[in-house]
Amino acid sequence: MNSISLELAHALPEAILAVGGVFLVLLGAWRGRDDDGPMSEFAVAVLGAALVAVVLGRHRAGGVVFSDAFIDDSFGDFMKALSLTGSIVVLLMSGDFFRRAGVNRFEFPILVVLATLGMLMLISANGLIALYLGLELMSLSLYVVAAISRDDARASEAGLKYFVLGALSSGMLLYGASLLYGFAGTVSFSGIAAAIGDKPNLGVIFGLAFLFVGLAFKMSVVPFHMWTPDVYEGAPTPVTTFFASAPKMAAVAVTVRVILTAFPGAASQWQQIIVFLALASMALGAFAAIAQTNIKRLMAYSSIGHMGFALVGLAAGTEAGARGVALYMAIYLVMTLGAFAAILSMRVDGKPVEQIADLSGLARTKPAMAFFFAMLMFSLAGVPPLAGFFAKFYVFMAAVEAKLYWLAVIGILTSAVSAFYYLRIVKVMYFDEPAPAFDRPDRTQCAVLALSALAMLLFWVFPAPLVNAAAAAAHSLF
Amino acid sequence: MFGFGLLSWLTFLPLVGVALILAVPGDTEAGKNNIRWIALWTTLAVFALSLYAWSKFVPGVADFQFVEQKNWFGSGLTYKMGVDGVSFPFVVLTAFLMPLCIGASWAPIQSRVKEYMIAFLVLETLMIGVFTALDLVLFYLFFEGGLIPMFLIIGVWGGKRRIYASFKFFLYTLAGSLLMLIAILAMYAQTHTTDITALLHARFDPGLQKYLWLAFFASFAVKMPMWPVHTWLPDAHVEAPTAGSVILAGILLKMGGYGFIRFSLPMFPDASHYFAPLVFALSIIAIVYTSLVALVQEDMKKLIAYSSVAHMGFVTMGLFAMNQQAVQGAVFQMVSHGLVSGALFLCVGVVYDRLHTREISAYGGIVARMPVYATIFMVFTMANVGLPGTSGFIGEFLSLMGAFQANSWVAFFATTGVILSAAYALYLYWRVVFGKLEKPSLTGLQDLNPREWAVLVPLVLLTIYYGVHPGPILDACSGSVAALISDYNSALALTKTAALTLP
Repeated sequence: MNSISLELAHALPEAILAVGGVFLVLLGAWRGRDDDGPMSEFAVAVLGAALVAVVLGRHRAGGVVFSDAFIDDSFGDFMKALSLTGSIVVLLMSGDFFRRAGVNRFEFPILVVLATLGMLMLISANGLIALYLGLELMSLSLYVVAAISRDDARASEAGLKYFVLGALSSGMLLYGASLLYGFAGTVSFSGIAAAIGDKPNLGVIFGLAFLFVGLAFKMSVVPFHMWTPDVYEGAPTPVTTFFASAPKMAAVAVTVRVILTAFPGAASQWQQIIVFLALASMALGAFAAIAQTNIKRLMAYSSIGHMGFALVGLAAGTEAGARGVALYMAIYLVMTLGAFAAILSMRVDGKPVEQIADLSGLARTKPAMAFFFAMLMFSLAGVPPLAGFFAKFYVFMAAVEAKLYWLAVIGILTSAVSAFYYLRIVKVMYFDEPAPAFDRPDRTQCAVLALSALAMLLFWVFPAPLVNAAAAAAHSLF
Repeated sequence: MFGFGLLSWLTFLPLVGVALILAVPGDTEAGKNNIRWIALWTTLAVFALSLYAWSKFVPGVADFQFVEQKNWFGSGLTYKMGVDGVSFPFVVLTAFLMPLCIGASWAPIQSRVKEYMIAFLVLETLMIGVFTALDLVLFYLFFEGGLIPMFLIIGVWGGKRRIYASFKFFLYTLAGSLLMLIAILAMYAQTHTTDITALLHARFDPGLQKYLWLAFFASFAVKMPMWPVHTWLPDAHVEAPTAGSVILAGILLKMGGYGFIRFSLPMFPDASHYFAPLVFALSIIAIVYTSLVALVQEDMKKLIAYSSVAHMGFVTMGLFAMNQQAVQGAVFQMVSHGLVSGALFLCVGVVYDRLHTREISAYGGIVARMPVYATIFMVFTMANVGLPGTSGFIGEFLSLMGAFQANSWVAFFATTGVILSAAYALYLYWRVVFGKLEKPSLTGLQDLNPREWAVLVPLVLLTIYYGVHPGPILDACSGSVAALISDYNSALALTKTAALTLP
């Protein structure tokens, strides 16, 4: 084998997605039809192949390839597996919804594959250019996905809003990247770390701040969260599911990597920023969600809050913190997919509904669904013994070990506030009088809901595999 | 058996019942009955197992018994269980009260029986787990996990304002416990262990101790509940179904006191000493103020709820007096209160099932129609007052005696609470049971049916038995309490010497 194929072997999942994506585009064009057909299944197969490549390749020695631009390590593998899982589950669940809504365009699976390719590249980025490349590939696909139901004014508005704000944030990120390049003289993360040393100068700090604006926008943390509730509400539910799951994994992963590998010398500077982002997100996520009546909007604020919790682990800046973040994202992914599986199956007389009040009395009309959804809500609230508690436990443990006591105390109090609105959903389902019963849900959605809820419910019995995988992932960053 | 020890079996046996109930369809009348029987037999089996454990338990020893330990996480956390003289009585108490609760819910609960019984059995697992866990994280899992089934029990099967009450219960307790979680994490960061037996001898820096103590206090004071964070309790009690009230008063409140004995006092002795006057003050306010509040209640359950707060005031006072009599008295008081207040709620449930009102003014003179009920109710009223010969007396007397040695003013004010408790309890009894039977709605009252007999008689027997023979409980906890106090005093002495030797 010559060196290029050796290097490509490190990027096998990405290669699979790239080839698969091109193949899907050609197939779509060649079919000449607008409907989805078997495209979703093909896309799932492509993503599944990439996932298999990630999982089978996890024991292979990592390495930095493509002239320092691309890194292959266990942290990347862990986060890539999460992103791919998110995309696959979204595609599996969305077919039914789009068919009923009459917008089953063949572009959707292709765009999901391309966005996932962007995510994978983002996760493995080891330099500013690779970072931007991955970020834009992901974002451009997401802009189109957000507006996929072209005839719906709300969806178009959501897509436009997301695009304009996203373009602005990309600009900021580019500006920060150019400042960093100017002061460090290199685009590779390790090079930047070496150039900064222990004493970052003002230009680097400016660059860092602008870079974070772009990343914070993608993670949708306060104060760059404005797009989230509108896009979550406006976009079709499968798209919202996608937005809430896979891209978040990539955005958080790249933030963790940038901070820990490029800026270890500027710890006191970025720590302030991260602590602020975390506190603001947790607080806003907790308080703003209280008044919501639309469940997708509520999930938007909930996701903002959860990103804040994940950042608590990052604020610690330690290996334990990185482990906490990785574990948090894994558990968040499962909870989100499960919750959206339930939201996707909220349908009365063939029409999707999305008000919290529509869930009234679900415990009588659909007891199993209500139970699983309630468990996911308790897990999202972080009530033990559900998995959501362990997610919070590990990030807060890292924060306390790093002596960030105030961050931990305020964070944990906001989680008590946020418990209120998760409980409200349980209350609506269990205590209120039944509303019109939902239609028979799709089988995949049922399976996703049940599996994710059971995983969260029984996580405490056998948590070791996930905890250890997250620990190994975090270890590779240090 | 199967690699699990006695305590694991005791803790997780109710889940076997849950699995069985899940397999039974709950729509038909026969199905509902099957579910009730499965729940009853499960709780009886747990009780029998707890009695077996009681027979194996060596009383008067300070060490933990039936200890079992397993690797649980890859990261230094362990699954560790064990009981000592302080925790074991509560395990048995829980196992004892549960069959009675199932019995008390037999006829009154007709809707969603399946979910109800599942919630209760899950709750039993979590409650026993709280008292058997010897690992902080495991303890926290059980401690917090109990909120979910209780939230559902109050919210689904409760009274008119059940939603408000369930939310208040959940959020109050959650907010308190989350602060404790931070303290647990801080303790782990300091010592790199969450093993309770190891932490009992970890000496934390006195400055840090204060923060840790306050964080634990936030949780246990809410759970206890102590004045001024007791306001969730009357709401939760009033709205909960009868069995829910019994569990709340009988077991969930005891977790606060248990937490003080297990964590606050031994792990943070300096801070406990420092904050003892605060606890005394709050206890006295609780005893006097809530007794006065109880006097003016119109609702039977609310009255008993406030009397619970007052009685828990005796417990906190006794615990922080920190001498042998006081602490043993506090433990005894908790067990006794678990029996007595649980029984009082059952008594209210008996008449509530007949008339569907808890208003005191709706009753009067029911002794004419329900003589047996009046007798049983009287026993528990007297036990609530603390009449010698009932279990209520032993606990109150011992904790007052101990408190007198620690601080005679505290004992003085607390004693007024005994008088006040006689006032509100007898006043309640007089208004409900005595007087002329004038109200037409009361004329058709039936006395206790066999099911109610079966539920109440064991409680009567135990209340009187422990009133004249308190030995079993006092002996069980004597060793652990003695060790607790000697460790506490030596820790205080050490700090004092350290302070003196500093320049």
